[in-house]
Amino acid sequence: MSAVVSPIREPLIEGGKTYHQITEDICSPTESAPNAAWVIAFIISVAALSFYVFCVAWTVWVGIGSWNLNRTIGWGWDITNFVWWIGIGHAGTLISAILLLFRQKWRTGVNRAAEAMTIFAVMCAGQFPLIHMGRLWLGFFIFPYPNTRGPLWVNFNSPLLWDVFAISTYFTVSLLFWYTGLVPDFATIRDRAKGIRKKIYNFLSFGWTGSAKHWQRFESLSLVLAGLATPLVLSVHTIVSFDFATSVIPGWHTTIFPPYFVAGAIFSGFAMVQTLMVITRKVLKLEQYITLGHIESMNKVILVTGTIVGVAYLTELFIAWYSGYIYEQYAFYNRVMGPYYWSYIGMMSCNVLSPQIFWWKKMRRSIFVTFVMSIFVNIGMWFERFVIIATTLARDYLPSSWSYYTPTWVEVGLFIGTLGLFFTLYLIFARTAPVVAVAEVKAILKSSGDQYLEPNARHSAEVVKKELEPQA
Amino acid sequence: MSNQNKDVLYGLYDDEQVLLKAVDKANAGHLEIMDVFTPFPVHGLDPKLGLEESRLHIAGFVFGALGTLTAFLFMTWVFTRDWPIIFGGKPYWSVPAFIPITFELTVLFASVGMVVTFYTICGMAPGITNPTLDDRITDDKFCIAFDVTGAEEAQKDKLKGFFTASGASEVNMKTI
Repeated sequence: MSAVVSPIREPLIEGGKTYHQITEDICSPTESAPNAAWVIAFIISVAALSFYVFCVAWTVWVGIGSWNLNRTIGWGWDITNFVWWIGIGHAGTLISAILLLFRQKWRTGVNRAAEAMTIFAVMCAGQFPLIHMGRLWLGFFIFPYPNTRGPLWVNFNSPLLWDVFAISTYFTVSLLFWYTGLVPDFATIRDRAKGIRKKIYNFLSFGWTGSAKHWQRFESLSLVLAGLATPLVLSVHTIVSFDFATSVIPGWHTTIFPPYFVAGAIFSGFAMVQTLMVITRKVLKLEQYITLGHIESMNKVILVTGTIVGVAYLTELFIAWYSGYIYEQYAFYNRVMGPYYWSYIGMMSCNVLSPQIFWWKKMRRSIFVTFVMSIFVNIGMWFERFVIIATTLARDYLPSSWSYYTPTWVEVGLFIGTLGLFFTLYLIFARTAPVVAVAEVKAILKSSGDQYLEPNARHSAEVVKKELEPQA
Repeated sequence: MSNQNKDVLYGLYDDEQVLLKAVDKANAGHLEIMDVFTPFPVHGLDPKLGLEESRLHIAGFVFGALGTLTAFLFMTWVFTRDWPIIFGGKPYWSVPAFIPITFELTVLFASVGMVVTFYTICGMAPGITNPTLDDRITDDKFCIAFDVTGAEEAQKDKLKGFFTASGASEVNMKTI
């Protein structure tokens, strides 16, 4: 009773699973005590998170002068980290929304964890603009609310305010999309649980019953949310790039920024998904749901977006030269040959050169290469933002103001601290929620399970053989 | 949901294809199905059950339009009536600069509005417990339920006969 699927399609679910086995495999990690590896990882993450809290307290107490920011380098590691985290936060919604619209079935294996990662990354990103304000407790000033100063409204013409709206909308919509998908799966856990766990999951599952009408509305909701989230994803990093592109700083004031930032965001987001998936599938024994086929598909995305980013880097250089504008030309000369040349090399080698290894199928399907590459890309994309921000600000119009910037331990601590925040949240997620979308995987079992595809493939091979016989 | 308890006779099936055939059979026999419960969305089930297409997307459109108007009219009011300020020598009513926030609020209103609508019309909320027939429905069983409140034995027997004939693996009674 398998659906008609092309025999050349690789199975997305291996091991001849039944519906019950899928439930069992994906829900059981939430039902057992964590292993030693998890506990150690959790302790390290929480330690980093505590250091983050300490660094934030230090920043508030001493002031952001403790970050080594200076004239003219008003943005250093902080905004670099902000853009880096926001970029990472793009893969989840891309996988769940855009791939849903394109009917890519392989998304079901990775969308849940990728969306969770998105939400946590956006939470990390949101920290930096807030603490960069220096006066954290006045953070609510960014929202237009009736105030006693006039009321004096926020500047709706400023890209920094667009950012506030873009990121808060993105966070809200991603959270709703992710949680709505989780509800039926929480119900699955609820119906397996006993005692206090049943009560907790009962609360979380909102009273889901699995009625046909509810499923129909659920699918309708998912589709429309995907349709809304798709332009939203693209808008968020476009608007982040406007922070730079609408300024009058040579090297920032370029029209290529929106597409270039979006491609970079997808690139780094997929890299982070790979980093997490390679570990998650191993630790939670989900290799049959997050298969080599999934990893290969994501590596293809990394190859494409990495190459797009590479084209953007070269285009930037060309346009700077072609513009005939010496300030623009100098900005790019300075990026490549200036005092921060090492970060440009880091960016080019990690983002453009190293992903080219994925032209080879063998490399795309190697777990080890994938993992190493995902770390490279994460580093490279961090360098990209550092190159854009720090090198540009270090050499602006007035040579007398030129300076060099190195971060202090506080800034480095804030970065490491957000990594701690990110991994703490992810580790909690991996223990309490199904990391693979249970219901969605069940829904594609008959079209993508190996036991259903194998007869198709065998049949196809027989037909081909028969066709060729008379000629032989 | 009504507070009145219902007696429900339900059958569990092991496979969605068997379920779909069973629904056809029930329709042919003019048996009134109360509801069908499945662990995942089964495609092709809705038309058989006579479910009309969900109108949730209309709600989404209305909320989205509300977001568009809220954002655009509010910014217009602020910059032309309440506190006009010139930014960068541009006109007070600088429409292109309003586009990003208008877009974001459209998406925000549409999404939040649709999600709230979805949970409301499904009778779902944090902490709510809706009665379920069987714990395995969220795992691997597909369930057809009939409301047999106050029905005669003969009717129940007829339904049981239907379940056996259509390949149900279990038939149970539950008051919810």
